Amino acid sequence: MPQILMPALSPTMEEGKLSKWLVKVGDSVKSGDVLAEIETDKATMEVESVDEGVVKELLIAEGTDAVKVNTPIALILAEGETAEAAPAARTAPEPAEAPVVPAEKAAEAAPAAATVPAAPKFEAQSDPDLPEGVEMVEMTVRQALNEAMAEELRRDKDVFVMGEEVAEYQGAYKITQNLLQEFGPERIIDTPITEHGFAGLAVGAAFAGLKPIVEFMTWNFAMQAIDQIINSAAKQLYMSGGQVTAPMVFRGPNGVASRVGAQHSQDYSAWYSHVPGLTVIAPYSAADAKGLLKAAIRSPNPVVFLENEILYGSTGLVPKVDDFVLPIGKARIARRGADVTIVSFSMGMRYATQATEKLVAAGVDVELIDLRTLRPLDSDTVIESVKKTGRLVTVEEGWPQGGIGAEISARVMEQAFDYLDAPVMRVTGKDVPMPYAANLEKLALPNVDEVIAAVNAVTYRS
Amino acid sequence: MARKAVATKAKTQSNIPQLTKEQELEAYREMLLIRRFEEKAGQMYGMGLIGGFCHLYIGQEAVVTGITMASEKGKDAQITGYRDHGHMLVMGLDPKGVMAELTGRQGGLSKGKGGSMHMFSNEHRFYGGNGIVGAQASLGAGLGFAAKYKGDGSVSIAYFGDGAANQGQVYESFNMAKLWNLPVVFIIENNKYAMGTSIERSSATTDFSKRGASFDIPGEQVDGMDVRMVYDAAKRAIEHARSGKGPFILEMLTYRYRGHSMSDPAKYRTKDEVTKYRQERDPIEQIKARLLAEGYATEESLKATESEIRAIVTEAADFATNDPEPDASELWTDITISA
Repeated sequence: MPQILMPALSPTMEEGKLSKWLVKVGDSVKSGDVLAEIETDKATMEVESVDEGVVKELLIAEGTDAVKVNTPIALILAEGETAEAAPAARTAPEPAEAPVVPAEKAAEAAPAAATVPAAPKFEAQSDPDLPEGVEMVEMTVRQALNEAMAEELRRDKDVFVMGEEVAEYQGAYKITQNLLQEFGPERIIDTPITEHGFAGLAVGAAFAGLKPIVEFMTWNFAMQAIDQIINSAAKQLYMSGGQVTAPMVFRGPNGVASRVGAQHSQDYSAWYSHVPGLTVIAPYSAADAKGLLKAAIRSPNPVVFLENEILYGSTGLVPKVDDFVLPIGKARIARRGADVTIVSFSMGMRYATQATEKLVAAGVDVELIDLRTLRPLDSDTVIESVKKTGRLVTVEEGWPQGGIGAEISARVMEQAFDYLDAPVMRVTGKDVPMPYAANLEKLALPNVDEVIAAVNAVTYRS
Repeated sequence: MARKAVATKAKTQSNIPQLTKEQELEAYREMLLIRRFEEKAGQMYGMGLIGGFCHLYIGQEAVVTGITMASEKGKDAQITGYRDHGHMLVMGLDPKGVMAELTGRQGGLSKGKGGSMHMFSNEHRFYGGNGIVGAQASLGAGLGFAAKYKGDGSVSIAYFGDGAANQGQVYESFNMAKLWNLPVVFIIENNKYAMGTSIERSSATTDFSKRGASFDIPGEQVDGMDVRMVYDAAKRAIEHARSGKGPFILEMLTYRYRGHSMSDPAKYRTKDEVTKYRQERDPIEQIKARLLAEGYATEESLKATESEIRAIVTEAADFATNDPEPDASELWTDITISA
């Protein structure tokens, strides 16, 4: 015989007042009929019947205060049941009707479940070995990115590019140059200026098995779309218990350009690297731009690919091999050294590289690490380096609070504290919105002298 | 031929479309399953077995039932917001898996990691279960984009409410869906209240079927409490989308009997209003009366269906109550796919 239990009306409700009965003994009730009103400090709500039958007994009088959740408040005699069967049923209620220990309470009772299992460790692969005597081609980062997309578009029909001005205009920064001519308007798609909408549309297309490359004219505009990137793309695999994926790339120029003011000059590295479910890549060199963008397009996960407008025109050597793909999640040691470690990525590498040249000339043996991928972050390479040098400086254009440097600093403190010979120092963009005036903008950005000063400080040379 | 973007009023529809005996019986069964499932979910929420938010579909059953019957199951994609249990049941997802997801157990459709608002099935082409109001309009347009890109002949059916209909990305999606003539049917489930705010207090215009007018997307207002009207309108809208004419908007005039979520006492509307809908417009009572009047069913056969449905729901509830919670190791799985 079904018991009606005092319901909880919210996850936090523990007891309430049974203010009014709307049925009496002998009434026939069916599913959905309102049986009673209950009151909490927040609201009055109705208790509906889930069962059909006749009200046999009201166990709690109306007006009773502080009735605990899950207390039986009435008995309903189901059709076909006889009153004689009632006492037995009361002591042995149907399993579904029995007050069951709520899940969270059950978890409290079982201490084993409360132990947090160790997080799995990400094992990055090494860069592929290049054939002996491979030809190295000099090209700009822009060309490298363009080649990466063209090659992947040729390789996989499910890959397509969408964004503002990517097709007929040939790309606001010419990264998609000639793609429309080769792949046609079905695969290289100009969108209206609706970041939120087209980012969401691309995520939906990825759910259905396509592999979109979404170009944001700059990452500043992706603020309009950040909900779709994080709530829809990044969390999808987890929320679906591994069923539905969003294999796609969000890419475009990130960080500070030149004299474009606060709303167009911002580094989102730390923002996106915060989010589990995303892969975040921020290359510096042309070769890394090509090899990592190809890897990003092939990745089964949503990838945030942070380029830099200032670096688009810079040149580098890219190996001429059929399929140059680099491993995601592996930092690159740009220079080996023994005295101090400098860690940077993207545009920060330009300051770090120039500072390294001067420091080496001054006799400081710098180890320079280009992170390349920000999530998963290659801690191992950084930690190993710090164990060797005992000193660390991080360089980034982004704001200091909660930045990439802050994260690395914390990890080094946790994992290599005993190896440190000096506090970790961060060189970052200043903690201000980006000013427009040329002199102020220069002051707001990190620079080579600041990197050198930080290295001098941690090596106690100043 | 370009179709004028005019909204047809439900009341001007002359002939009420008829369903066959089999269709009426199927619709009755599906709607009853949703109703009984949701009542049980409400009860289990009250017992503390279901946590967090739990948005029940009671009252709106005819909408998803009629539309799904008019679609090609397993081929057409569907996506909705957080009031999603009914959609999954009608699309054929396992009631045990749905209920166990509500209780956060390992046998839940998302292994207990999604909850009431986040369930999906590639096999059934159900893409959630989305918790952010309006996001499913863009995502649904994307499902339609993929259908057109692949040329697989499928249609995307994207449901959202009168509340979401005021979100900016809905119009961004309307624009692109029409610009590219994507096979998408946008279903606006107008249950009159965006949480506690009535459409009159939230919307400058309350005829949501006209919301696509400036994009030249045709729209219709439909009596969403009558599964025959829903089915008929959905057939036409889906055919429109499938034939390459682009998106279509159906505004379903419906009503939810319960609060916005379990913890909503629904003080913003009168008891009379709710009672009137329940007594005069209830989708299940309507079809039940027709089944008896047409001689498609007898009191006995309806009772048999009722006990069959109750058995399914009881089995789901038992499973969801006794299934263990996910193993602690699941905390770290399904975050990214190892390449």
